[in-house]
Amino acid sequence: MIAENAQLMGRGRITEILQSALERSEAEQTQVSLSLKRSGLTRFARSAIHQNVAERTACLAVKAVIGKRIGFALTSSLDERSVFAVVSEAVEVAQNQRDNPDFVSLPEPKPIGYYPETFHESTAAFGPEERAAAVGAVIAEADQREAEAAGSFMTVVGESAVANSLGVDAYVNHTSAFLSTVITAGSGFGAATGTAMDAASISPSRVGAEATDRAAASRGPIGIEPGEYDVVLLPYAVAELIEFLGILGLGALSVQEGRSFVCGKFGRRICSEAVTIWDDGLDPMGIVRPFDREGTPKQRVDLIVDGVAEAVVYDSHTAKKEGKESTGHATDLTGLYGPMPANLFLRPGTSSLEDMIASTKRGILVSRFHYVNVLHPIQTILTGMTRDGTFLIEDGRITSPVKNLRFTESILKALSNVELVGSDIRPVGLERTMPGVACAPSIKIRDFRFTGVTEF
Amino acid sequence: MEDFCRKILERAASQGATYADVRVVRRASESIEVKTGKVEQLASATDYGFGVRALVGGAWGFACSFVVNDDEGMEVADLAVRIARASSTHKKEDVTLADVEPATGRFESQFKIDPFDVPLADKINVLLEADSIMRQNPKIAIAESSMDFWRQEQVFASSEGSYIEQVNVQSGAGILATAIGGEEIQRRSYPAPFGGDFAAAGYEFVEAQDLTGHAEETARDAAQLLEAPLCPSETTDLVLESSMLALQVHESCGHPIELDRVLGMESSFAGTSFLTTDKLGSFRYGSEAVNIVADATIPGGLGSFFFDDEGVPAQRVDIVNEGIFNGYLTSRETAPKIGRPSSGAMRADGWNSIPLIRMTNINLLPGDWTLDEILADTKHGLYASSVKSWSIDDKRLNFQFGTEVAYEIVDGSLGRMFRSPTYTGITYDFWRSCDAVAGEDEWRLWGVPNCGKGEPMQIARVGHGVAPSRFRNVRIGVVK
Repeated sequence: MIAENAQLMGRGRITEILQSALERSEAEQTQVSLSLKRSGLTRFARSAIHQNVAERTACLAVKAVIGKRIGFALTSSLDERSVFAVVSEAVEVAQNQRDNPDFVSLPEPKPIGYYPETFHESTAAFGPEERAAAVGAVIAEADQREAEAAGSFMTVVGESAVANSLGVDAYVNHTSAFLSTVITAGSGFGAATGTAMDAASISPSRVGAEATDRAAASRGPIGIEPGEYDVVLLPYAVAELIEFLGILGLGALSVQEGRSFVCGKFGRRICSEAVTIWDDGLDPMGIVRPFDREGTPKQRVDLIVDGVAEAVVYDSHTAKKEGKESTGHATDLTGLYGPMPANLFLRPGTSSLEDMIASTKRGILVSRFHYVNVLHPIQTILTGMTRDGTFLIEDGRITSPVKNLRFTESILKALSNVELVGSDIRPVGLERTMPGVACAPSIKIRDFRFTGVTEF
Repeated sequence: MEDFCRKILERAASQGATYADVRVVRRASESIEVKTGKVEQLASATDYGFGVRALVGGAWGFACSFVVNDDEGMEVADLAVRIARASSTHKKEDVTLADVEPATGRFESQFKIDPFDVPLADKINVLLEADSIMRQNPKIAIAESSMDFWRQEQVFASSEGSYIEQVNVQSGAGILATAIGGEEIQRRSYPAPFGGDFAAAGYEFVEAQDLTGHAEETARDAAQLLEAPLCPSETTDLVLESSMLALQVHESCGHPIELDRVLGMESSFAGTSFLTTDKLGSFRYGSEAVNIVADATIPGGLGSFFFDDEGVPAQRVDIVNEGIFNGYLTSRETAPKIGRPSSGAMRADGWNSIPLIRMTNINLLPGDWTLDEILADTKHGLYASSVKSWSIDDKRLNFQFGTEVAYEIVDGSLGRMFRSPTYTGITYDFWRSCDAVAGEDEWRLWGVPNCGKGEPMQIARVGHGVAPSRFRNVRIGVVK
C-alpha cells in the first residue's frame, strides 16, 4: 500500500538527476531545481468531510544562460528522456532570447550553516486517517456549542534541491502542517488556525475551541456606522497587513523599479517606533527553509527597526545590480516578481489583549480580514472586509458583536498610529507567499478608517 | 491510455468504490514577458499526470501522481479509496450523483494558427516593439508586455462508461504601462490588465489585439493619470466599460451562483453566498434589463469546453432572467439538492486537482442601447474603465472595485480624466440600479485566466461576455 506521506526520493537520487541535467546542458551556465511533494488535504464543511485529496507532484526547472540570454523550461516528468528534453528546451529558449544587460551571473555557492530541523516524522506519519481524527476533534468543539465547523487540514512532506554549474548544491527535506477552521454559530462566526512544521504541535481541539468561542460570542451582530475607530487587531489581521507590506515594497525589485514605499526613505522613520519588522527564514516559529529558489542561504534581514526603514531583501539578480550580496530571498523560479520576504516577524510588545481592550474608550476588535486588495501601492492603501468575529469595544470592554465592515486605509498610516503591541505573537500561514508565514502579535491602532458595512 | 484508465477503474471498484473516474492530463504552456526593454521571462512548461476520484461508503477520495504507469495507477487508485474511507468517518449523508449519459469521443477546440508553431523571435519582436513605443513616453517607469499560450489534452474515463478526449488551445496577450511621479503611481493596460485578453483560439487572436497599435495611447493615458485630479467622492450614475463590467459580473454574479459555495462547501476559505436556495426563482437580483447566462458552449470562450470534468455535456444555463435569479452553476453531487440536473460546471486545474464547480462563460446578455446613447442620456456621472483593484465580502454582497481610469460625464459628454477611481455598493442594489445595457455590436467576450478557488488553490480559466452598461446612484470615490 502506498504511504500518502512516504519519504519521497532521497538526496542521492535527486543529486543524480540534477547532476545529469547539468552535465547534459550546453549552456554557459545552468541552474536546475527540483521540488518534490507529497501532500494531503482534508476539507470539511457543515461538520462533515466533503473533500479529501492527496497529491504526488514534481517540478523540475531548468534555467539556461548563454551570454546574457536566459531561458527557462519546466517539466513534471523525471524520467531520463524528459529530464534531457527539458534541458534542451531551456537551452533552445535561451538561444532565442535577447540579452538581458543587467544579468551578471548565476549565484556562486555559499555554505549553508546550521538551521533548525525542517523534517518532522510526526507530520510524515500523518495520513488521511490521522487528518480525519483531527478534523473530528475540531467538529467536537463546535458540537458542544451547537455550532458547525468548516475548514481544512493539510500536511506536506517535501524535498527541495537546487544545483548550478558554478557549484551550488543545496538540498532540504521538509514537512509542514496547516489547520484552519471557521465555526458558524447561528449568526456568529469565528476562525482560528494552526501552522507548524511539526503536525503534532498543532492541537485541533485548541484551534476548534478558539474559533468556537469567538463564533459563540459573535452571535447577533449589530450594525454600526463606518468611520474612523480605534481598533484592536488580532494576529491574523496583523499578519495579513505585514504580508502586504512585504509584497508592496520590501523586496529589492520594487525599490529598483521605483514603486516601493521605501524609495528615498532608507534611514528615515516611516511608521511608529513601536514597529520593528524583520524576515527570518531560519526561525523555527515559522516554516524554515535554509535556502531560496537559487540555492542561496537565507539570511535574517531587519527591514524596519523602531519605525525606521532599514533594508529590503535581495535575490542574486537584484543584488548583483547593486553590487551587493543576495540575502537568500529568491521566491519565484524566473525572478520576474523579484525577491520577497516570506518569513516576516513583527516584534512583540508587552501588552495583553485585555490591556488593549481595557484602554479603548470606543473602538472595534477585528479578528481577521477578508479579500484584501491594493488601491495604491506607494501610499500602501488597501481595502478589505472584516470577517469571523468583529466586536464593538466601549469603555474598555467588548459590548457587542458588530456586522462586518469594509476598511480602506494606508498600512503605513495605520502602523504610524500604533498605540500598543501585544505579547501574543503567533505564526499565521500566508495566502499569497506560500509556504510563507508571518509571526505577529495583536496590536492597537488609533483612527483606523472603515468605509462601508455589509449585512452580516 | 484506454487500457491504463480501465485498469485503474477496475482496481478502484475491486477495492469498494461505487463510482470512480480518472483524468489523464498533459499541459504545455509558453509564457513570454517583456519588461522595460528586457525579455524578463521566456519559459516553456510541460506538465503530465493523472488523478483518480473514488466514491466509497458515500464519501469522496482523490489521489494523483506525476508518474504515469500501471503500477503507480494501482497505488493511486488504492490511495483514493483509502482516503474516501477516511472521509466516510465524518459524513452527514451519502453523496448521490445526478444521472448523466455516458459519453465517448474526441473533441478539439478550433484555432487558425497554432501558437506553438509561431517562431519565438516573431512573438518577442512584437512585445519588444510595444515595449519600446510605451517607453518613448518619458513618464513611463515600467512597461510590460506579455503573451501566454496554453494547450491541454485530457482523457476522462468513468466507471459509468464515459471515455472522453478533449484538446483545448488558448492564447492571450496584453500590455501595461506604469507611470511614476514622486509618490504617485498610475497605470493603464490594453486590452485588459493582468496579462491582457484571452480566448480559446490560436495566434490569430493575438494578432487581432494589435498591441503595438495601442501602445502609444496606453502609455499616454498612464502618464496623464499622474496629473489627473483624484476621483471625487459622491453618489452618482456610473457607466462601466466592458472589461471592468466583466470583473463585476465575475465577482458579484459568477462566484455567488456556485452551488458548492451556497451549500457551505467553501465557507472556511472563500466564503459562502447571499444567493441561498430559497431565493431560486423569485429573488430580484437585478433590474429587468439584467439577463445573465452561464454558457460553456460559446465558441472561443475561455470557459468553453465540450464536457466538464464529470463527463457532463457543456450547456447554456439561465442564471438571471429579466432581473429574477433563476439558476446556479452545479455539479452532479450538488444539483440533486435543488432538484435539477447538473449544469456541467465541474472543472479541475490539471491532473493533480479534484474538479470543483467553476464558472464557465458567465455572460450579461446584450441590451438595446449603444454606449454613445448611454453617455448622451447621462446628465452627470462617471465612465470607468479597466479593473485595478477588487474586493468583496465573503457572502458576495459588499464590494469595492478600483479602476485604472475614469472620466466625468457632464450633460451627456465625457469630460475630465480622474485618477484612482473606486466605486462601492451592495451586489443586488447595484444590479437593480442597472437601467441600460449596450447591444450586440459592443458586446465582447473577455477571457479571465486567473480565477482562484478551493484548497489547495486551483486556478480556472473563465469567460465573461458583456457590453457597456449604466448603473444609477452609485457611491464613487472612496479613496481620500
